[in-house]
Amino acid sequence: MTKIKRLKDLPYHLMLLPAVIVVFLMNYVPMFGIIMAFEKYIPSKGILGSKFIGLDNFKYIINMPGTFQVLYNTVFISFMKIVLGILVPVTVSLLINEIQRDWFKRSVQSIIYLPHFLSWIVLSGILVDILSPSTGIASSVLGVFGIHDVFFLGNAKLFPYVLVISDTWKEFGFGTIIYLAALTGIDPSLYEAAIVDGANRWKQTWHVTLPSIKYIIILMTVLSMGNVLNAGFDQVFNLYSPAVYSTGDILDTLVYRIGIIDAQFGPATAIGLFKSVVSFIFIAGSYKLAAKYGDYKIF
Amino acid sequence: MKNKSFSGKIFMIVNVSILIFLTLICVLPLINVLSISFSSSAAASAGKIKLLPVDFNISSYKYVLSKHEFIISLIVSFKRLFLGVIVNMILTILVAYPLSKDNKTFRSRSIYTWFFLITILFSGGLIPTYMVLRSFGILDTIWALILPGAVPVFNVILLLNFFKEVPIEIEEAAFIDGAGPWLSLLKIYIPLSTPSLATIVLFCAVGHWNSWFDGLIYMNNPSHYPLQSYLQTVIINTDMSRVSASQLKDMALISDRTTKAAQIFIGAIPILCVYPFLQKYFTKGMTLGSVKG
Repeated sequence: MTKIKRLKDLPYHLMLLPAVIVVFLMNYVPMFGIIMAFEKYIPSKGILGSKFIGLDNFKYIINMPGTFQVLYNTVFISFMKIVLGILVPVTVSLLINEIQRDWFKRSVQSIIYLPHFLSWIVLSGILVDILSPSTGIASSVLGVFGIHDVFFLGNAKLFPYVLVISDTWKEFGFGTIIYLAALTGIDPSLYEAAIVDGANRWKQTWHVTLPSIKYIIILMTVLSMGNVLNAGFDQVFNLYSPAVYSTGDILDTLVYRIGIIDAQFGPATAIGLFKSVVSFIFIAGSYKLAAKYGDYKIF
Repeated sequence: MKNKSFSGKIFMIVNVSILIFLTLICVLPLINVLSISFSSSAAASAGKIKLLPVDFNISSYKYVLSKHEFIISLIVSFKRLFLGVIVNMILTILVAYPLSKDNKTFRSRSIYTWFFLITILFSGGLIPTYMVLRSFGILDTIWALILPGAVPVFNVILLLNFFKEVPIEIEEAAFIDGAGPWLSLLKIYIPLSTPSLATIVLFCAVGHWNSWFDGLIYMNNPSHYPLQSYLQTVIINTDMSRVSASQLKDMALISDRTTKAAQIFIGAIPILCVYPFLQKYFTKGMTLGSVKG
């Protein structure tokens, strides 16, 4: 009996085989590189030949000036992105949902999804141009209001907000997809009942619409918690400059500079490992919460 | 549910205005850059361009398209896009189908699921991946850009949730008629999942087109850079030491700003072209599998 069952499973195993091989070689084998976090890694000696130094790399990072500032920047930027990444799409979906003309609704949707699909290379190029203090269109618009010479990308105070706002601008449209889908799923008889009870549009939104999409909002909030240390490498790397390191440097860019530029593989891997562990705790915790309160399971 | 009261009308006007404002915010920067790319360098450096080109001309496009490195990187990008999407799609389908079965039908399912899920949570990171690619001798080849992300796990999740929605009875009927899992996947699941597959093709294609960092790291020879990596080096990290004397002369003629704008725009063109066709699919493909009420 068991043999027959095993034979029945054989096609499934065969289907998975190529992907398993590729993932093992490309994703699992490199994981052994994590050992470097505990080594004084010297490229010529290799991972197995380098000296094991315990937690010295971690001590080195903690004692490095500015590490905690970088950690703070990372959490600050990613937290603001998470908050706006929920609030803006929810609000915009509610607004779109109020529109009755289908062609208008669809045109708005098509256009606001677009920035999501453009790379941070293209968008950074655009941002650098439009935010340029001398020739950019932003400065000529601000000039009308009597505001001059704002250097958005060179001012350490403004830089984190530029990051958060431009990221929200890129992603808010795409974020509405999931809420709009939930909104169309609301039973119309709920609204009819509310109208019979004398509820106006605001009250309908407050008492019918929002409670109906409450779960999906909670779910998206919980799931985004896993990104608490992902402040967005692609964006920051292409927009920052030494002038804004004090507020704009994040863990991922720090890893890049230590690891690739200075070739200090040990400390760079150590920061990467710290990031992975913290993210793992947040993801595992948030999935637990999602399963408990949102009744949500991916698998 | 038409609301014709006065306050209702005011709300509608405000609402429509807000939405039009948001829509404009999403396109105007693109239009601004587009018109800069078609303007004369004098107008560009004077900062006179708003939404329409000033002194319309195409010299910056001529210059960009005559640059050898630009064309080479464009070819690398298309090669990557083509090969990468094929590899992604084959592996995504082959993984999603077995994992969409329940534990009774396919008993090793959970082990495989965790095998793939762990790669989302943990990765060896850039440097170890670099070493592995080097030891296989595929550094500096197109495969270095394709194999590390060959199985896009998020897309697998999307597709397997979609596969789960296919009524099991169809497959059971096929099995009774003597079909096996391979035939069922080919003749039932794939044809029934076109919205989802189109969505995933879009996501994979966009992912490959937009990737830039792996190109910078895994390609030692700049002539192997895909377009976005190349653009990163010329638009964002302009390194004047690499510019030759003849190029400097050209740049004096056609301003850095307009050529940059032209390159930015060319970098976005393929996405602007495919996007409208796939757009009707991806909202459907994304939400059917994930939202339940």
